[in-house]
Amino acid sequence: MEHYLNIFIKSIFIDNMIFAFFLGMCSFLAVSKTVKTSVGLGVAVIFVLLITVPVNFLVEKYVLKKGALIWLGEGFAGVDLSFLTFMVFIAVIAAMVQLVEMVVEKFSPALYNSLGIFLPLIAVNCAILGAALFMQEREYENVLEATVFGVGSGIGWMLAIVGIAAIREKMRYSNVPAPLRGLGITFILTGLMAIAFMGFMGITL
Amino acid sequence: MSDQEKEPIFSARNWKLFTAPLDHNNPITVQVLGICSALAVTVKLKPAIVMALSVTIVTAFSNLVIAAMRKYIPDRIRIIVQLVVIATMVILVDQLLKAYVFDVSKQLSVFVGLIITNCILMGRLEAFAMANKPWPSFIDGLGNGAGYGLILIVVAFIRELLGSGTIYGFPVMEKLGIFKTGYENNGMIILPPMALILVGLIIWFQRSKHKELIEK
Repeated sequence: MEHYLNIFIKSIFIDNMIFAFFLGMCSFLAVSKTVKTSVGLGVAVIFVLLITVPVNFLVEKYVLKKGALIWLGEGFAGVDLSFLTFMVFIAVIAAMVQLVEMVVEKFSPALYNSLGIFLPLIAVNCAILGAALFMQEREYENVLEATVFGVGSGIGWMLAIVGIAAIREKMRYSNVPAPLRGLGITFILTGLMAIAFMGFMGITL
Repeated sequence: MSDQEKEPIFSARNWKLFTAPLDHNNPITVQVLGICSALAVTVKLKPAIVMALSVTIVTAFSNLVIAAMRKYIPDRIRIIVQLVVIATMVILVDQLLKAYVFDVSKQLSVFVGLIITNCILMGRLEAFAMANKPWPSFIDGLGNGAGYGLILIVVAFIRELLGSGTIYGFPVMEKLGIFKTGYENNGMIILPPMALILVGLIIWFQRSKHKELIEK
């Protein structure tokens, strides 16, 4: 149990997608103008990570890894499909996003309307593919670990985007030098927030 | 880049396609594309240069391929087609890096794969390659890749010089004897947040030069 809690806390605070790896920066900068939309996007990211990371974990374990196809028979023991990783992962993500979109539309129109345009955009959000690739690189042992990591990363990402959106709403009343307005000051703010997050470094449970 | 040999087919318009992204239409600081994978690889110059080259190659060639196929791609499934083309290019680059510069490939870790979701690629394919002939699209890809690389290399240069006191692994600060005067490397610069702040400062600098880019 402690082990999973450790992965969870680590993926939220220490290995934060935005502040430690700059993943998903494009939508982070583009959609963080108001708190309301950024909460919507944050929820959508958590949701998609919750589904795609474990699915990609299973695909990696039973299809792509060297010798992973052994369940098909002895003859497949030497097959190594790992060079296909990128293409399979991105295909799985695009397909899952499409599927999630359809399911949400069918069963919860209210949620669908609030997520709206964000869902399809998420397929090309670096944070989603990044999480899948980190999951592969860090060699998590079972599906549960991968799921916990996925959800944790999503929550970390949402924390970051909601935080910056709140700051940007307040920034409207500040007197920022003209050339720094908009993008420039957002970069510097993100940097300062990231410095604050560095305080979590080295925490283990 | 091989723009010198191709000079004859470089009309003034094509040349502009190449230079605009280097200056007032930079993908990172103006179009806000491709920041995702840009910043984490800028601690040292070497990985930054390799990353810049990889992105330039992938952007140029996927622009070329998509522009060549643009009339045959059904509108509804174009995103998938674009992703497949990009992913193929990235796989090629990744395999080449693994074969020839394995240590750099290890340093770049997941960021080579993340070129796939780099917004520069989708952005340029959607905005340019889907509506233009292959050759100008190729130039546009080269230019945007180079504009992205330029920022990467500037940030990496500053971070490596101030953070580790070296340039491309060469210990400049030590050779100049600056350490004897009591100077010390700034460990802060190596941490991820400083990359963001440096880009912020570059944007500040650029926008005070180009007044028309200032946001209201």
